[in-house]
Amino acid sequence: MDLRVRIGSLELPTPIIAASGCFGYGLEYEDVVDLSSLGGVAVKGLFLEEREGHPPPRIAETPAGMLNAIGLQGIGVHRFVREKLPLLRDRGARTIVNICGTTLDEYAEVARVLSDHEGVAALELNISCPNIKAGGIQFGCSLIGTADVTRAVRKVTRLPIIPKLTPNVTDVASFARAAEEAGADAVSLVNTFLAMAIDVESRRPKISNMLGGLSGPAIRPIAVRMVWECFNAVKIPVIGMGGIVDAADALEFMLAGSTAVQIGTTNFADPFVWSKVLDGMKDYMRRHGVARVTDLVGQIDTTPRKEVHA
Amino acid sequence: MPIDVNAAVISNRRLSEDYNVLSLAAPGIGEHTRPGQFVMVKAGSMIDSILRRPFSVFEVLRDDGRVTGISILNKRAGRNTRALYALEVGARVACLGPLGVPFTTDLPPERQAIMVAGGVGLAPFATLAEALAASGTDTTLVYGARSARELFYLDFFERLGVRLVLATEDGSRGSRGRVTVPLEQQLAQLAHPDGVMVYACGPEPMLEAVARLAARYAQPSQVSVERVMGCGLGGCYSCVIPVGHDHDAHYVRACVAGPVFSGADIVWEKC
Repeated sequence: MDLRVRIGSLELPTPIIAASGCFGYGLEYEDVVDLSSLGGVAVKGLFLEEREGHPPPRIAETPAGMLNAIGLQGIGVHRFVREKLPLLRDRGARTIVNICGTTLDEYAEVARVLSDHEGVAALELNISCPNIKAGGIQFGCSLIGTADVTRAVRKVTRLPIIPKLTPNVTDVASFARAAEEAGADAVSLVNTFLAMAIDVESRRPKISNMLGGLSGPAIRPIAVRMVWECFNAVKIPVIGMGGIVDAADALEFMLAGSTAVQIGTTNFADPFVWSKVLDGMKDYMRRHGVARVTDLVGQIDTTPRKEVHA
Repeated sequence: MPIDVNAAVISNRRLSEDYNVLSLAAPGIGEHTRPGQFVMVKAGSMIDSILRRPFSVFEVLRDDGRVTGISILNKRAGRNTRALYALEVGARVACLGPLGVPFTTDLPPERQAIMVAGGVGLAPFATLAEALAASGTDTTLVYGARSARELFYLDFFERLGVRLVLATEDGSRGSRGRVTVPLEQQLAQLAHPDGVMVYACGPEPMLEAVARLAARYAQPSQVSVERVMGCGLGGCYSCVIPVGHDHDAHYVRACVAGPVFSGADIVWEKC
């Protein structure tokens, strides 16, 4: 049974990746999961400099999901390569670094610093964080911005680059195309949906930033649709995510056209989700006689349903 | 190293209309829990509510010396805590732990301990009192609640030799009003030259008042904070609290840097 998948020049042993922003810098979880057993570890978004993030409360639970506005609190790329990257390399993690910027130059500079260090498997371009004032989604909500960031990073690195797309646009497939044309090796989607929740007793917004990003099972069908749209629009691999809880959810994303999947919010509730999804995926492949996991990608059966006579 | 146990409910003692003690068959967690550590708990499906909730370990349960599990002290407030109140024996609860930084218990021999609890903030003090009793530390519990009906486990602490100082909002037992009034009396008449270690758990305004009082009497304090927590393992960066100094406060995660902090390290005005 072959679980390997390929993202540009990068080969992953399984298609299951820990999603950025939901797995710290990976090392937080080394006591509960063998980091080398994951297809990849997408670490928390990094700017050039350290960032404080938003005041708490930063999350609020919503039906089958959660709202967050962490504000990309982080240690900055220089501390990351000094303090975290050597340990991740030592643990055998395939580290996908999620990079952020408020300007094109900042994205390029963060990418350059990371490209100079061993142990980075790929760069995921955060052009979709809905929770920061400058950068992020400002680029990701414009086709030109998406292409500009991709090109700026492409110029400075040979690492596979994966723009992470926002779902807060009308036609996500056009953004996948813009990324592909600008030299991306893959796209990942979806980042969170811009959303809001209010406590009616206190009349206050439930998180300090007022607006936040919605994630979790609540968004899954929308994310699956968007992955399918992108799969049909581009030739590069699509990495799908959005509310994956179990193997069936992961397989749903693969059938919709994901070459690999990311799991985020569920890791908060169940840090042992990884082996459960992997085992379930293997079981499915056995039951359905699937030799290579890549044989599932985009394989929705669209033949007419048989009529059922009761 | 934390483990995840799909723990059976051994018993559910409803202490009042709002409070219950839920005993969980999680010996692997109980064996390694130190006073002040917590577990992330979830009952029911992920459909309505996807995240676990943090609870201090209340008791480490033993049978003939053998650890059989842990209990948590729960107070009905929202959907999850209502579900935990309603659970029947045999139900399953996902329980991840032990997590977080515990209280420091290795005090100098002459130092007294004062534990300050507000409401459900009693939770970390049962195991702390046991640890302090085992090391022979002179210990006082200053314990406040809404009324006498919500002061629990007093005999448990008395059996350990803990001195009780009680306060209720309605004056039905102990002094009327907040715990900080009797706490200040205790601090003002300190007999021991080596002073005290003040431990506190309860609502954040109480923790702030306790930390400031301790500082005013030049005594150290350790507070166990509660924040909106997503994962308990340091992954989500939700439960941050400002520490440091006024001018250079920075956010640290309460789940991995806490939940126990030195009261002097928290920048209360930025909380």
